[in-house]
Amino acid sequence: MADRIQLNPKSNAKLSRRGLIIGGLQTAFIAGLAVRMRKLQVEDASEYRLLADENRINIRLIAPARGEIYDRNGKVIARNEQSFRITIVKEDAGDIEQTLYSLSNLIKISQNDAKRVIEEIERSAPFLPVTVRDQLSFEEIARIATNSPILPGVSVEQGLSRVYPLIESYAHVVGYVGPVSDNDLKDGNESNPLLKIPRFQVGKVGIERQFEDVLRGSAGVMKVEVNALGRVMRNLDRKEGKPGNNIQLTVDTELQAYIQARLGSESASAVVMNCKNGEILAIASSPSYDPNKFVKGISYSDFNELRDNEFRPLASKTVQDAYPPGSTFKIVTALAALEANIISPKDNFSCDGKMEISNRFFHCWKKGGHGEMDLAKSLIESCDVYFYELALKVGIERINEMATQLGLGIQHDVPMSAITKGLVPSREWKLKNREQEWLVGDTVNASIGQGYVLSSPLQLAVMAARLASGRNVKPMLTKSINGQNVHDDKEFEDLKVGKANLNIIRKALFKASNDRRGTAYGSRIINNKYRMAGKTGTSQVRNITDAERENGVTKNEDLPWKRRDHALFINFAPYDDPEIAVSVVVEHGGAGSKSAAPIARDITLQALFKGTPPLGVYPAKDRTAIFEQQKRLREILQELEMNRKNKA
Amino acid sequence: MTYLEYKIRAVPKGFSKLFFLNWPIILLLCAAGAIGIIMLTSVAGNSWHPWASAQLKRFFVGFVLMISIAMTPIWFWKSMSVLAYITSLGLLVLVEFFGSTGMGAQRWLDLGFINLQPSEMAKITLVMVLAFYYDWLPDERTSKPLWIIAPLALIFLPFFLVLQQPDLGTSLLIVIGGGVMMFLAGVHWGYFGAALSLSVAGIFAVFYSRGKDWQLLNDYQYRRIDTFLDPSSDPLGAGYHITQSKIALGSGGWTGRGFGQGTQSRLNFLPEKHTDFIFTTLAEEFGFIGGISLLIVYALIVVFAIIAAIRNKDRFSSLLIYGVTFTFFLYFAVNMAMVMGLAPVVGVPLPLVSYGGSSLLVLMVAFGLLQSAHVHKPRGVI
Repeated sequence: MADRIQLNPKSNAKLSRRGLIIGGLQTAFIAGLAVRMRKLQVEDASEYRLLADENRINIRLIAPARGEIYDRNGKVIARNEQSFRITIVKEDAGDIEQTLYSLSNLIKISQNDAKRVIEEIERSAPFLPVTVRDQLSFEEIARIATNSPILPGVSVEQGLSRVYPLIESYAHVVGYVGPVSDNDLKDGNESNPLLKIPRFQVGKVGIERQFEDVLRGSAGVMKVEVNALGRVMRNLDRKEGKPGNNIQLTVDTELQAYIQARLGSESASAVVMNCKNGEILAIASSPSYDPNKFVKGISYSDFNELRDNEFRPLASKTVQDAYPPGSTFKIVTALAALEANIISPKDNFSCDGKMEISNRFFHCWKKGGHGEMDLAKSLIESCDVYFYELALKVGIERINEMATQLGLGIQHDVPMSAITKGLVPSREWKLKNREQEWLVGDTVNASIGQGYVLSSPLQLAVMAARLASGRNVKPMLTKSINGQNVHDDKEFEDLKVGKANLNIIRKALFKASNDRRGTAYGSRIINNKYRMAGKTGTSQVRNITDAERENGVTKNEDLPWKRRDHALFINFAPYDDPEIAVSVVVEHGGAGSKSAAPIARDITLQALFKGTPPLGVYPAKDRTAIFEQQKRLREILQELEMNRKNKA
Repeated sequence: MTYLEYKIRAVPKGFSKLFFLNWPIILLLCAAGAIGIIMLTSVAGNSWHPWASAQLKRFFVGFVLMISIAMTPIWFWKSMSVLAYITSLGLLVLVEFFGSTGMGAQRWLDLGFINLQPSEMAKITLVMVLAFYYDWLPDERTSKPLWIIAPLALIFLPFFLVLQQPDLGTSLLIVIGGGVMMFLAGVHWGYFGAALSLSVAGIFAVFYSRGKDWQLLNDYQYRRIDTFLDPSSDPLGAGYHITQSKIALGSGGWTGRGFGQGTQSRLNFLPEKHTDFIFTTLAEEFGFIGGISLLIVYALIVVFAIIAAIRNKDRFSSLLIYGVTFTFFLYFAVNMAMVMGLAPVVGVPLPLVSYGGSSLLVLMVAFGLLQSAHVHKPRGVI
């Protein structure tokens, strides 16, 4: 072993040589690293600095407060309310299921919610809060707060949520808001970043949707420093957005609520308009629904109930439904004939209950007929045969023209959803849509508002307002936006109808409601200052066979609801200086004189008196019943008021 | 090997050995360790916890371990070489069965007090056993084919075991480390030429096999290679780490953003900010000045170690010092090349700076061996 101590100089030299080679390579590599470091950190530094800033600053949007909606008296229809929701953060909560279980002992958490939370948590980053439940009551928050030690990762967050304090009154007018859906992202809205704010809500129907742009406001911007996972590390800058504009409507909440109560459980609708400036004072459909349920997310069972209800609570019948206007349309036919100078008010026809036109019998509603009829009488007693005669002479063109001038068959510009155009037929229309020639019988049917003619309660109210004022009144629902009046006070231009002719019609309508023979005599107002002029309408929704006529037409009460006639009534009041125009449609309500006219009268009086009218304006024999009815409605309204207060 | 093999009187005894330690290297190691503690404090958001305090303790333990090993004669360690090598192979086999999984590979062995990474240990024990082998092997046999087989086996045993984990990066580093040992020992150039041509052919085969039934590497390994070759191709996916790392580095500029101000590294744009990617934090917060300082510290360690190796006339000691130095070099060179986008992302920590007990302790042990070789070098021989 001794030679091993004697180190081998040759091999040692070789080792040193190779060691130097390796050392040289190492040094070269280190030098390379230094050069690279210099390139990155000195030469390209500014470029990387820029990239770094982009990396860490993230711009987030702050949802603006949505504009509020008021009625004409400043009563709040839609506002925003601080709402509380509970969220859960996975990385703080640890055992999610355990935490959810503890939570469910304190507040109600549905199976669906629990499942959704677990799914969402699995999908998102562990530090992102996942909403467990929205719209908690103070009581629930208090319960969570006192139990916070056993609820790791659970926190209560604040936000704004839409509230409709009047509950059902304006569901069909104002609509409701809801979470952004794929549908909302269509039509060039895809790139609107505001819509991508989590839990952002947009108008779904009604004014909330029509005035979405006005109500929404603009988003605020929050600059935050985030890490690569998106977690906010620091707030750098915050610029609040612009809240949405407030909207004041022309509607009067007290009147609206009264009408809703008066319509009661009927499937009905009513419109009250100022016949001078076109302001809609009330526009109500019955039955209604609670829009707040939609904001919170309506349950399937609640929604199905609304959807499957025969009375269609979700429909705003005032604008989206069109009914055969029935005898209310006789005004159009009569005015068209007068304007065309085809008849004079004094011309008589004889009504014997039916009329044969091209081998077909057209019947009057009154079996046996009305006898000798002139224009006024035919309107007052609502004789059909008189109008059949008239129709043959006037023709559908003139009827169409007059109907359009009175506001039928056109889409009125009010900010509600699914506004119908209704239908005023013409030869061209039938050829195009039915691919059939126009028949004389079609004109005959149209003359009494049957056949193809369809109009919405809003259109009927507009017609009444135009008759009353003689002007081209346009309906308006918006009074002001952000305090700025939407429409100026200029008067509408006159209708292209002779004043004398208009007066003939007005007088006839007055008599229809005040003459002993008038169809609406039972619903008259006896105070001279408030008397109204109106026209009943009863529109058939079924064909009456000859056999049925022989044996006597089945009474409405004996028919299934769906086959009963629609009851309609339009009127304006006071007769001497008209202020308001009213239309009422009671679906399958039977005779207009029996079910629609009394409602219209009560609404008219309520609107004119701006509250409960004195019993003295009613005919003496009705007063006891009216007194009872007023009492009952007051109770309903008080209950409604209590309900609102409780919810608030 | 016995004590008598050296001139005993020339070797320092007892605590006087302390004076014969290679102090420049020790001070440089402490400097690197201090930089590590500072950076770990920074990435924790200027907090002592959770990393800096633990790292300091480990550094202290490692330091004591290093001095203890340094005080023990090198011939004792030399005699332990084969045993150490076999032990590390055994641990590599063990990790295969009992190791805990991390990052898609089985690398860790929980020994209760420490999470040991046997592949780290194997790097050093391979250096030891090869130094032992070439110290024992007569010079003239070094390049004989028959005597090439044994070291190749010694290298490829741990290589395959680590590859099995699977950890391609570390296994390649083991081969490179072993190859350098053979080169230092004087194996003929021709072998290395042949090996180089073979590996070129191998690389070609690896790329050629992609997508075929006999694909040689895993998909994730191909992706890493892709990412390395063109990180911008997928900046938010596989290339994310490299891109983010370069942004962090580059945004540091000359002097950096200042301690604790590194947005990129602190804001979690970077993965493993306290381990493999800690250099980016240093470079971002202290800029080029900070980065180059650490590189100089490392370079000086290499330089001082090579000087020590050249001056050491004992073949085992000299080979051991070269080997330890080269292993150390591989750590920081590969790590830095990786964060600067010059090498694919492989799990190699920045020595003495990255958080992690295993690599720190292994390195301190290695430097203890280096110091022992230095202290007990033959003096006054011929």
